Amino acid sequence: MATLPRANDDSRWEKTGAAKFGAEKSKWDRVEEMDEFRLLLLAKKEFVIPMTVFFVVYYFALPVLVGYAPEFMSRKVLGPVNLAYLFALSQFFVAWGIAFAYVRVARKFDKFGAHILETLKREGYDLNQAGKRGL
Amino acid sequence: MHLDVTLVLFLSFIAITLGITAWASRRSGSSASFFAANRQITAWQNGIAVAGDYMSAASFLGIAGLIAFFGYDGFMYSVGWLVAYLTVLLIVAEPLRNAGKYTMADVLAYRLNPRPVRAMASISTLTVSTFYMIAQMVGAGALVALLLKGSHISYTTAVTGVGILMIVYVVFGGMLATTWVQIIKAVLLMGGTILLSILVLAHFHFSLVEFFRAISQVSYHSADGKLVVKDFMTPGLRFKPPYGPLELISLGMALIFGTAGLPHILVRFYTVPDAKTARHSVVWAMVIIGSFYIMTTFLGFGAATIVGRDFIAKNGGNNMSAPLLAKMVAGDVFFAFISAIAFATILAVVAGLTISASTSFAHDVWTNVIHAGVERSPGEERLVARIAAFVVGAIAIAIAIVLGPTANVAFLVALAFAVAASANLPVIVFSIYWKRFNTSGAVCGLLFGLLASIILILIGPSVMGIDAVTVVGPARHAIQHAPIFPLENPGLLSIPIGFAAALLGTLLGAKDPHSVQRFEELEVRANTGLGSERATAA
Repeated sequence: MATLPRANDDSRWEKTGAAKFGAEKSKWDRVEEMDEFRLLLLAKKEFVIPMTVFFVVYYFALPVLVGYAPEFMSRKVLGPVNLAYLFALSQFFVAWGIAFAYVRVARKFDKFGAHILETLKREGYDLNQAGKRGL
Repeated sequence: MHLDVTLVLFLSFIAITLGITAWASRRSGSSASFFAANRQITAWQNGIAVAGDYMSAASFLGIAGLIAFFGYDGFMYSVGWLVAYLTVLLIVAEPLRNAGKYTMADVLAYRLNPRPVRAMASISTLTVSTFYMIAQMVGAGALVALLLKGSHISYTTAVTGVGILMIVYVVFGGMLATTWVQIIKAVLLMGGTILLSILVLAHFHFSLVEFFRAISQVSYHSADGKLVVKDFMTPGLRFKPPYGPLELISLGMALIFGTAGLPHILVRFYTVPDAKTARHSVVWAMVIIGSFYIMTTFLGFGAATIVGRDFIAKNGGNNMSAPLLAKMVAGDVFFAFISAIAFATILAVVAGLTISASTSFAHDVWTNVIHAGVERSPGEERLVARIAAFVVGAIAIAIAIVLGPTANVAFLVALAFAVAASANLPVIVFSIYWKRFNTSGAVCGLLFGLLASIILILIGPSVMGIDAVTVVGPARHAIQHAPIFPLENPGLLSIPIGFAAALLGTLLGAKDPHSVQRFEELEVRANTGLGSERATAA
């Protein structure tokens, strides 16, 4: 992706209408039909959806437990430190853990993306041409 | 003595940031440079800038104060501010960078009817930014009254000064100057926080056990004058039944779903060259923001144990906890340093808010809604943005002065997050991920999310309440009636309303083949970066 020359300057953004690029619909459609693109979307979904569900549940467990089971959460588990504080602290490390895991997995996404663009270029598409924008 | 040191430190901060503004002004000759710093900000720079844009005086002074007064319940606040960035990282940042140009509305306008969605998105952006800005400015003025007691700087001078500085940064230096102001502020804030944490630990002989033992026996005088000893690690000192737990959940929802809809955070991702850099910058921001919020443990509990609630209450109230702690552990000069950081914190946040509000007005309303997407003369959009920055700044200064230093502005922050979560996030998420989504869905989602947030705040305990006749002035509730909605944070109800309105608006509206076709284009673009805005030469 970094190898692509710079594209659309401001004036093009502002003046580009659907009509101007009406004939050039195949670039986007071509990517849509690539197996690699389907795989990319699937791979993203497989990571993002479960992780989002997990972090939302894990996060809201904190106010729910602290709010509705304060006695349980007040139990001292590590010297003077109670469960409530440890659970809150764990949220930070879980969030960092998910972020780093995502960065690792996303390397694969970047490879997919770069490969798709290379294929497109090899097939003779002009990657720099702006798309039809809703302006 | 500390007054002079505070002023000298603060004046040096102003001098440095104005120098940066002068340097940046020579590089903001095009729209991409004025609105997006030429998209050349690196991952670590943008990460630090996001942190500087985000960590407001509410975090630094407010959370430290809440922990000092209510112990664990105050620390609960800290958690949500970091976890919220997972929503930004996993769901919003990369597609936004790939699909948009300068504003949040770009992503919606990509596939929907641009005029109505841009107009609504801009109303929502301006609402969030101005309310948040007013809260920050009232905070800045009140802070001056407390920190520089005895100097000649009044509330009005402080508010005007902060307002003028933020206008100067944005009007002359654009996004580039704003970015560097935020970076410097974040570095100062982290430096001060780390130092203060080390000093607190030193007070307890670097023994965490000793520190946490002290927290479990905090003594202070209660309202009726009795000496009480409480375990500050115990939850429930602030959020009590029946509504306390719901309030915590509602606040959490506003943070987790609102941060990814805050316009001044979102525009930061247009300043980097590509989606990969945007992703890495979120992780940088998470490392900094997370470390900061973990350290609120030392700031807040340190103030509770070393300074004590009684002393803080007599010397300016809970917002003074962190500065007073600095004074107690390291004397007047350090107090001055921490005070100067508190000002810098506010300046960087309001500058970020000003640029996002003025960009939205210029790019969404002026160019795209009024003039059908065409700049009539070169540089028109930048000129309009500069004028808008000036107007928005002037309005914020005026309102902050009228409200005065004792105004209750905490609900404005709650409102900003609620609108971001209830109006902005649903339409951003549906635009990026839902094929069937259409214009009527976007307009309904934005409109009802915005209205629900505002109305629930107006009928909630921030505005409604019955006070005794002795309560006068700003502390008195605006409407003397028992609150109809029991929570201060409307998120619990307003976020589902925003999502439901976007959903129903879509299903009740006509199917839009145009939007579906564009969705496929957006999907390709968001996921591969094909056709996305590139970095430009400086």
